[in-house]
Amino acid sequence: MIPSSFEYHRPASLDEAVSLLQEHGEDASLLAGGHSLLPAMKLRLSAPEHLVDIGRIDGLREIRSEGGGVVIGAGATHHDVESSAAVAAGAPLLARAAAVIGDVQVRNAGTIGGSLAHADPAADYPAAVLASEGSVEVVGPGGSRSIAAADFFVELFATALQPGEIVTAVRVPAPGAGTGVSYLKFPHPASRFAVCGCAAAVTVSGGACSSARVAFNGIASAAFRDAGVESALTGASLDENSVKAAVAGAAEGQELLADSFAGEDYRRQLARVYARRAVLAAAAAAA
Amino acid sequence: MHVNVTAAFTSTVPVDALRGAGRPEATYVLERLLDQAAHELGQDPAELRRKNLIPAFDGSESQPGYETQVALVYDSGDYGASLDKVLEMVDYPALRREQEEARAGGRYLGIGFSTYIEACGIAPSAVVGALGARAGLYESASVRVQPTGKVTVFVGSHSHGQGHDTTFSQLVADQLGIPMDDVEIVHGDTDQVPFGMGTYGSRSLAVGGVAITKSIEKIKEKGAAIAAHLLEASADDLEYAGGQWTVRGTDKSIGFGDVALTAYVPHNYPEGLEPGLEFSSFYDPANFTFPFGAHIAVVEVDTETGVVKLVRYAACDDVGNVVNPMIVDGQVHGGVTHGIGQALMEGAIYDDDGQLINGSYMDYALPRADELPRFETDRTVTPCPHNPLGVKGAGETGTIGATPAVVNAVIDALWPLGVRHLEMPLTPQRVWQAIQSANGS
Repeated sequence: MIPSSFEYHRPASLDEAVSLLQEHGEDASLLAGGHSLLPAMKLRLSAPEHLVDIGRIDGLREIRSEGGGVVIGAGATHHDVESSAAVAAGAPLLARAAAVIGDVQVRNAGTIGGSLAHADPAADYPAAVLASEGSVEVVGPGGSRSIAAADFFVELFATALQPGEIVTAVRVPAPGAGTGVSYLKFPHPASRFAVCGCAAAVTVSGGACSSARVAFNGIASAAFRDAGVESALTGASLDENSVKAAVAGAAEGQELLADSFAGEDYRRQLARVYARRAVLAAAAAAA
Repeated sequence: MHVNVTAAFTSTVPVDALRGAGRPEATYVLERLLDQAAHELGQDPAELRRKNLIPAFDGSESQPGYETQVALVYDSGDYGASLDKVLEMVDYPALRREQEEARAGGRYLGIGFSTYIEACGIAPSAVVGALGARAGLYESASVRVQPTGKVTVFVGSHSHGQGHDTTFSQLVADQLGIPMDDVEIVHGDTDQVPFGMGTYGSRSLAVGGVAITKSIEKIKEKGAAIAAHLLEASADDLEYAGGQWTVRGTDKSIGFGDVALTAYVPHNYPEGLEPGLEFSSFYDPANFTFPFGAHIAVVEVDTETGVVKLVRYAACDDVGNVVNPMIVDGQVHGGVTHGIGQALMEGAIYDDDGQLINGSYMDYALPRADELPRFETDRTVTPCPHNPLGVKGAGETGTIGATPAVVNAVIDALWPLGVRHLEMPLTPQRVWQAIQSANGS
């Protein structure tokens, strides 16, 4: 279908973008890669009167190493993230997640900032950013601030972003010595969105797990870290059986999504299976 | 035979005849029952099928067609040969050993069969009239030889992706001994083409191709009369080969292009013969054609997630004589993929309020190339005895053969866990739930 009419703005700077958002308030939407917004507009699920295109703002696409970690500009495409040496070294989970988003065409257009701000529960980045203990850098009318990933994903398509705020970058700290990571995803056979995606970062010392970070997307209304699984893994040896026991309670206490393709019980099963596989793969990478 | 039909009026998505229309449904029930019987009898599914196959017959007077219980007569068949060949293609004994080893290692490999027969080349108009059809099911073709010797063919069976331009051009070029580039196929424009019945039911070559052939025969006959006049010989003494009429036993010959030009510039011309070189023909077939084949699907099921991975797919089809092998292979690939989609992925899902909830390709899954193995295809050739081309039709073998083969393979994989039946589509959740409820019984 054809979207309803809108006015198109292309600010040259973030300051200009922020004031455009202030000026038009709820009637404005930010446009970056357009891979979530434009389909919604074509279905008239979304009908912003003003589109503020931040896709060509200088520097917003930059990726740079920082103290062993990495800062990824919000305008970096999934392909940029997937293929960057700085991301591979400083935020390997994000590189893994980016590599399995959609298809090549999608990865060449969609951006990391757009995906995080959209907060689709079935997107691939959220679990990876959570398990990397990253943070989201934003700028708004009140200046800039940093939001920890753990506080960022609030609900279905809802984040901690305040009106008028723009995601500018994702900051990910150094993975740490002896840490292995893995992101595994069960893609929906039609959309290739995550029915269940599990990001695991496991630090191994002296043959046992000294710390574990395990996060899911796809199974609940927002991506989340699984504290129960993480504490069960900490101190455990990382062989098949002990990992299986540690993830037996995966997603426990979480209200899970259910649809015609995957009900709640099935998603819980996927959470257990993908947690085990991701943790074992991360442990193997750490060794 | 007793058939009970219930018709229901619903407001769900409209459906119509789709690739195979009727044969996939019938074949699915038969082939599922056969595999089920083999499992319950403790027999090999290939052997059980072999015991029940009709012996080979070529449709000649000494080996007449096989009369079925429902008014149809199978034209020709060598059903055992296609089964033998597909077993050889996969090295069946080795495949069963591989399955045993996989099971011993906790992997669930399954092998599924389908040995199908179908009906194409529709149809003798009188037969379908007796069955209630309100149309004749002949096909038409006009062949116009231009003064340049180039040939334009107007066909009633139009091409919407089946490659008729290639197959029909090849047919005409072979029969006239001229280059394929000299043949143009015109289809789909009802201002130009003669009244035809269309493309469906794998009929275009077996019915439309014969209509073309009949017009080519008329052109060759008239062309011979013109050639005989120019060569000052009797038409009976001419032979036609490589685009030339030659007086038998001499070096006197004349080419197709010269004869074509003479037909339109008839200065030196047989007395009483009309100018021009153009004929229309209609062909109403004497019988249906009955392609057949044997397919084997090999799957591995991830019992933790219910995901079915297609590991191998082998198809040995018999579509009678083949004009263009690549086009037949393409039809088999497309049809098999289509059948796999039905088995594993596709289906319209409604909520309790009757709302279609997978009405876009974001929700409605179709198989994609990266989920499919390299298809192994081969053929046996049992010509159709009742049409001059010996062809049977090749558009729907895949949707008929693949669906039961894939489902049979999944059941074979999960048989040790106690799973006996699954309704299509075999989505991961459905397979996982079946494993949970069977619970190793």
